[in-house]
Amino acid sequence: MRVNVIVNGEAMTADDVWEGESLLYALRERLGLPGAKNACEQGECGSCTVYLDGIPVCACLVAIGQAEGRSVVTVEGLADGESLDEVQRAFVECGAVQCGFCTPGLIVQAHSLIASTSGVPEDAEIREALAGNLCRCTGYEKILDAVRLAAARKAAL
Amino acid sequence: MDFLRPTTWADALAAKAERPEATPIQGGTDVMVEINLDKGRPAALLDLNPVAELRDWSSEDGWLRIGAGVSYTRLIDELGDRLPGLAQASRTVGSPQIRNRGTVAGNLGAASPAGDSHPPLLASDALVEAESVRGSRLIPIGEFYLGVKRNALEPDELIRAVRVPYADGPQYFSKIGTRNAMVIAVCSFAVALHPSRRGVGTGIGSAAPTPRRAPEAEEFLAGELDWDGRTAVPDETARRFGELVARAASPIDDVRGTRDYRVHALAVMARRTLGWAWTEYRGI
Repeated sequence: MRVNVIVNGEAMTADDVWEGESLLYALRERLGLPGAKNACEQGECGSCTVYLDGIPVCACLVAIGQAEGRSVVTVEGLADGESLDEVQRAFVECGAVQCGFCTPGLIVQAHSLIASTSGVPEDAEIREALAGNLCRCTGYEKILDAVRLAAARKAAL
Repeated sequence: MDFLRPTTWADALAAKAERPEATPIQGGTDVMVEINLDKGRPAALLDLNPVAELRDWSSEDGWLRIGAGVSYTRLIDELGDRLPGLAQASRTVGSPQIRNRGTVAGNLGAASPAGDSHPPLLASDALVEAESVRGSRLIPIGEFYLGVKRNALEPDELIRAVRVPYADGPQYFSKIGTRNAMVIAVCSFAVALHPSRRGVGTGIGSAAPTPRRAPEAEEFLAGELDWDGRTAVPDETARRFGELVARAASPIDDVRGTRDYRVHALAVMARRTLGWAWTEYRGI
């Protein structure tokens, strides 16, 4: 089937798409956007988190046909050209990245948390928001630092 | 595989009548896992996301009618005050991303004995509103679960909504898992006190082929509680309640836990949730 999706503000079309395919597969293998990562394929790890109509979801659990005509924003859509988004910048500065596999999902999920919170979220709130994003390298402490830093910078604006 | 994409409820019912073998998909949090891991290949997917009617909830005569497309996140935010038991259970579902997509109706459709919303629905006597081109019917929640991942829906029926009465007393939910997020219940339990009719509701999850109530435990506790004086529940009463809840279960050994552990844990959860509920009822 043919699918039309607005990805990072751009109307995109994919043809000969298998009906059982996930949004994640289509993004990575058909639309040239490998930012969202494919790991567990069952919603456990959060590595494929993207915005669907403004709400963070696991792209592996969205059937591609369900994205027809809808707006998707991936980690590639957060930066403004060469200028990184505040959350991306904070991850770099805090060393919140090791192997980097979980990073795109964490950045989208943290981006959503910060966008919906005024001020710096409590630690419990950050932990709850990121509970569905697994990182096997960092021990999470630097990720929490990055989220606090990005939130503080946004609050200071 | 066909992908059916009705945009109205009437069209969705017509599609299900024509293709009863089609698998409805809403949040995809169960259906897509099956497909991704190649555990099953539906002949067709019936996407209910575009059906706007399903995204609404309404309230009438002390009951909430929650459309099949209302996500756990919205249920928690918008209805949590009126349905505390169901909201507590919803907060334990998966992760924020899963709660943004998953729905109570999806939980009912999948009818896994481990589904988090089942125990509070049982404890509060919910009704499942099923509909087909032949008409609409309300299925009492206690008659909805037929077996492991089997429910009372006819092949041409879809879940339109779940109807839940406003909480008329304290409601609590408890769940055992290895961590706080992304946990499929080892076992779970919900209690609801109904002071207006001096009744007790219960729901057991993940400890029998289907979610089920503990009728003997409900009857025993309803008769023992000091509804007017609101005096403390004697330890012996709480212990007996836990025992009767555990006795109502018929768990198995599996990868998430043993039969014996589940029996023990259910008795503990029953006592604890009763403690929280009674403390709230006493206003202390």
